[in-house]
Parts: sequence; structure tokens; C-alpha cells
Amino acid sequence: MVTNTMVEIAQRKEPAAKDSRHPAQVKDSGIDRLFITCVYVLLITFLAVVLLPLIYIVASSFSSPNAVSSGRVWLWPVDFSIRGYEVALSNPQIVTGFLNSLFYTVVGTLVSVTLTIAIAYPLSRKDFFGRNVITAFIVFTMIFAGGLIPTYLVVQKLGLLDTRWALIVPGAIGVWQVIIARAYLRHSIPDSLYEAAEIDGAGSLRVLWSIVLPLAKPMIAVVALMYAIGQWNSYFEALLYLKSDELYPLQLVLRNVVILNTQSGSQNIASLLERQQLADLLKYSLIVISTVPVLLIYPFVARYFTKGMMIGAIKG
Amino acid sequence: MGWRAARQSFRRYWQLYLLIVVPLVYFVVFKYVPMTNAVIAFKDYNVVEGIWGSEWVGFKHFSAFFSNPVFWNLVENTFLLSVYFLLAGFPIPIILALALNEVRLRWFKRTVQMVTYAPYFISTVVIVSMVILILSPRIGFMDRAFGFFGVDAPNLLADADYFRHIYVWSDIWQTAGYSAVIYMAALSGIDPSLYEAARVDGATRLQKIIHVDIPGIMPTAIIILILGVGNIMAVGFEKAFLLQNPLNLGTSEIIATYVYKVGLLNADFSQATAVGLFNSLINLLLLIGVNFAAKRISGSGLW
Repeated sequence: MVTNTMVEIAQRKEPAAKDSRHPAQVKDSGIDRLFITCVYVLLITFLAVVLLPLIYIVASSFSSPNAVSSGRVWLWPVDFSIRGYEVALSNPQIVTGFLNSLFYTVVGTLVSVTLTIAIAYPLSRKDFFGRNVITAFIVFTMIFAGGLIPTYLVVQKLGLLDTRWALIVPGAIGVWQVIIARAYLRHSIPDSLYEAAEIDGAGSLRVLWSIVLPLAKPMIAVVALMYAIGQWNSYFEALLYLKSDELYPLQLVLRNVVILNTQSGSQNIASLLERQQLADLLKYSLIVISTVPVLLIYPFVARYFTKGMMIGAIKG
Repeated sequence: MGWRAARQSFRRYWQLYLLIVVPLVYFVVFKYVPMTNAVIAFKDYNVVEGIWGSEWVGFKHFSAFFSNPVFWNLVENTFLLSVYFLLAGFPIPIILALALNEVRLRWFKRTVQMVTYAPYFISTVVIVSMVILILSPRIGFMDRAFGFFGVDAPNLLADADYFRHIYVWSDIWQTAGYSAVIYMAALSGIDPSLYEAARVDGATRLQKIIHVDIPGIMPTAIIILILGVGNIMAVGFEKAFLLQNPLNLGTSEIIATYVYKVGLLNADFSQATAVGLFNSLINLLLLIGVNFAAKRISGSGLW
């Protein structure tokens, strides 16, 4: 199985023998020095290509409406202003969207993590009868799915359409997260611990609560963040299942404003030109507002993420 | 385990079985019920009769789709977009990983990794918004770049010829750093004695990459390629949908966006389900076929 090899790779440490590859005492030859220079040039190009668009967006969001509309902003704010953010934060649709996204993210993550552990823990126990059948049962859903409309019909039948639950329940469990959680529990908790707890008379739930969960904190953090980021970034479920705009998550508001170019948040502005300029500026600020929460957490979790993602990296 | 052992396991760990009930109900309701709902592809679904009450019509919706003038255009768009994506997106993470692997300055390596990995966390809506703002002929910096040469910027977003490039390259921008991680892991798993042997033989860094690193990550690369081929018809719906506008529909209308439009906008549930099923079926066949080929050629496959 791919996933098992990936787990092994993921658990392998950064090689301590790193230096044995390029020992310092051996001087690089001329051709090697030329080569390594090329490598650095290449990597700096990669770095620039990824960074420049991001800097451009942030710089624009802090510029004056006029500078943005006349395309004078490049990589540094022109006529520094926070007008874009003022407009965004005084717009009820954007504020509601932000609060909705927060709600979906917090509640959705709680539900998802609870359900994921509820399925991953039993499946990680060697003495759980039928765990291979159940694993196959859930992994199969990655390979074959009913499709958009058949799923929509289920959501409709359950009466979830146009309710907040439509964004939380139908996508509650991710198969990859279950696989990651199961692999972690199986590899990091020794069987002898279960045996010891059982001898002490603890039931399976007691063991889960007082032994497994505390030991699995790093895994829970990774899985929770995967769900949280997914939930914060999602818009498609909202587009499918929601009608009332007071339930819209921020991403859907963003789509309406930037991609569909719906004028928003500039009702009280006198001149048409100024309104147009503000609308342009608003787009940049809105992009920043809807991305910052995710990028703020990123540096803290990136390390753990790489490990977790290693298992999830290969999509089926 | 036999049935006796099973009974014993039930009695002893009944709490575990209780715990797993709710998640299993979730999978049945939201994954398996939709699979059975897919029978509406073979029926004339109407709301009053319901899924099971509606009349059977056999392959009517499939043949209607196959004889629809848009059929070949949709298949071609979906296929070309994915193949382009697969071919262009495959080598870049490998190059990035190989290059990072040569760097000895830890802080530089970490910075490049952190930065190139970050866009993975940005939402599709934001990525498409950025693309639109940057390529916008009126305010984006495309305009400035062209203005520098005294030429008007072309409106790339409205041009069907550019849709695939925009789609693929923005995706590579977003995911290359993330995809490189898996190759970095594979590289760190290469036996250090191979490097020593290469050094004794007087290999240059480039030779070391060609003769040690690349063969070392080959198995990983093959698996990723197989999975990519298996997903050829499952190209990301959300992004194509967001990048779409009336002017680029000629290349941007793919099977998935068509399903959405026929199904939810025109409310033709049966037709949309039939098209979706056709797409999933091709995917499944591709995956099985490629896995078979990979096993024949390299001896390793997914199952």
C-alpha cells in the first residue's frame, strides 16, 4: 500500500548524516561551484515568482483608491492608505461573511475532529473485529463517488438546504484525515499500554479519553488544522446549498465581489469614479482579509503539516 | 479471526463498536446513498415521483449526451486541460526538490521551503481573484508591463486560447512547493553510502543528481504519475468554474462545470448525473489501466 510506505518516509528523520553527502573538507571543484550557483539562481527565481504576486496584492491593498485604479502600484504601497480596509470592514456583507466563516470553521472543525477520532481510534485497534473491511468501505469512497447531483438530493432530502448545517455535515469526515489519524494512533501507541489499562479495568472509552487523546495531541492538532483550513477556504458547498446571503461564508462574498464583479460596499459614495476606484481597492483588501487568518497560523504549524501531508499528499 | 473471536471482541470492546456507529452512518448517508441515488441517470427523475418512483429510461440520457454537439468539445477540454496540467506540473516539484537538496545554507533552504509551500493554503477563490486582478487589462500589473513597451495589454482572461495556460500555471504556482515535500522525503531516504560511492568515483554534483538522486526518487515519481493519470478526467472543478467567463467557454467548459450547469442551473438532474457517471467511469478505467501498465513495466503499482 502506498500509504504505508509514505508513513514510513514521513517518520524517517532528517538525515543526521547530511554532512557525509557534501563533507566540508572536500572543496567543490570549479564545475561544482558553477553548478551550485545555478541552483541558487534557480531557487531565488522560484522564491521571487511565488512572492511577487503576494507582495503586489498586499501593497495594493494599502494604497490609495486612485493609485490602484490607475495601476500605479507595483511592489510598494503608493499614497499609503487603509481606505480599502475601512470600506471592507464597514460593509455588512463582508463582516457577516467573516463571522459566518469563523462559525463554520470552529463548529465544523469540532464536529470533524470528533467524528474522525471516533472512527480512527477503533480502526487503529488490532483487536477490533472487521477493521479491514471497514477501512476498505471508507477508502472506496475516495475512488468512486455518487456525484454532485445524487449528493445534492441527499442533502435536500435531509432538509439541510439553506441551513448552516449544510456546510458542516455533508463534508464532515475526510478519508485522508481518518487514514492519517489511524496511522498515527497505530504507530505511536504501543499495544502494551492498552493491555495495562485493561488490566486496571478501564473500558475502551476511558482509555481513549485518558490515555489516547493526551498522547495524540500532535496528530489532533494537525488534523484539526487541516479541517479548519479546508473549512475556511471552502465556497463550493455554500454555492450549492445556500440561498440566503446572510449565511454566506467569506469566500463566497469574495467571489461575488471580485470574480463576478458585483458592486458592493460603496453605496454612500458620491461620484461614480470614486465608487469605481473604491470597488477596485476593496478587492485587494478583501483578498488580504480572507487569507490572513490562514497565513497567520501557517508558520506555527508548517512543520507538523509536512509530516501529516506526507500521508495525505498522494490523492486517490 | 473466526466468529467466536468476533463475538468475544464484541463483548469485550462493545464501546469501540458503539463509537464507530455515528461515523459509519455518515459514510452510508453521504457517500453510499448518493451512489445508489445515481440510478436517476437511468431514469427520468421527477420530484413528485421521487428517485425510486420515477420511470426507467435505460441509457437515454447517456446517448443524449454522446450525440450532443458539445460532447466532443467537453471531452477534449477536460482531457487536454488535465494532460497539460499533468505534464507541466510533474517535473517542477522534482526540480525544486533536487535544487533544495543541494543547498547547504539552512536558513535559505528553510525560507524557500516555507515560502513556496505557503500558497498551498490559499483558497481557490483567492487564487482566482489574484489571477483576475493581476491579469486585468485595466488595473493589473500586466497592463503596466505592456505599457512599458507602449503596447496595450491583451485581455488574456477573455481569450479562450490562454485559459489552459492560466489554469495550469497558476496551479503550479500554488502547489509546486507542497508537491516538492514528498520528493524531499524520498531524497532523504536515499542510502548515504551511494553518495560516498559516487564521491569516490569522482562524480560532480550534477552527475550525483543524475546517477543517485533521480533513480532514488523514481519509485515515488511513478506512483505520483500513476495517480495523476488516474485523475485525468477529474480536473479541479472549482477553479475552472471560477475562471470561466462567457468569452473563454470554448476551452474552459469541462465535464464537471457542464454537470453543474445542466444539473443545478437547468435542474435536469438525470442528464447531469449521467454525465457525472460517465466521467467517474472513465476515471476508474484510467486508474485501473495505468496501474496494470505500471505493474507490467516497473513491477510496482498501487494494489
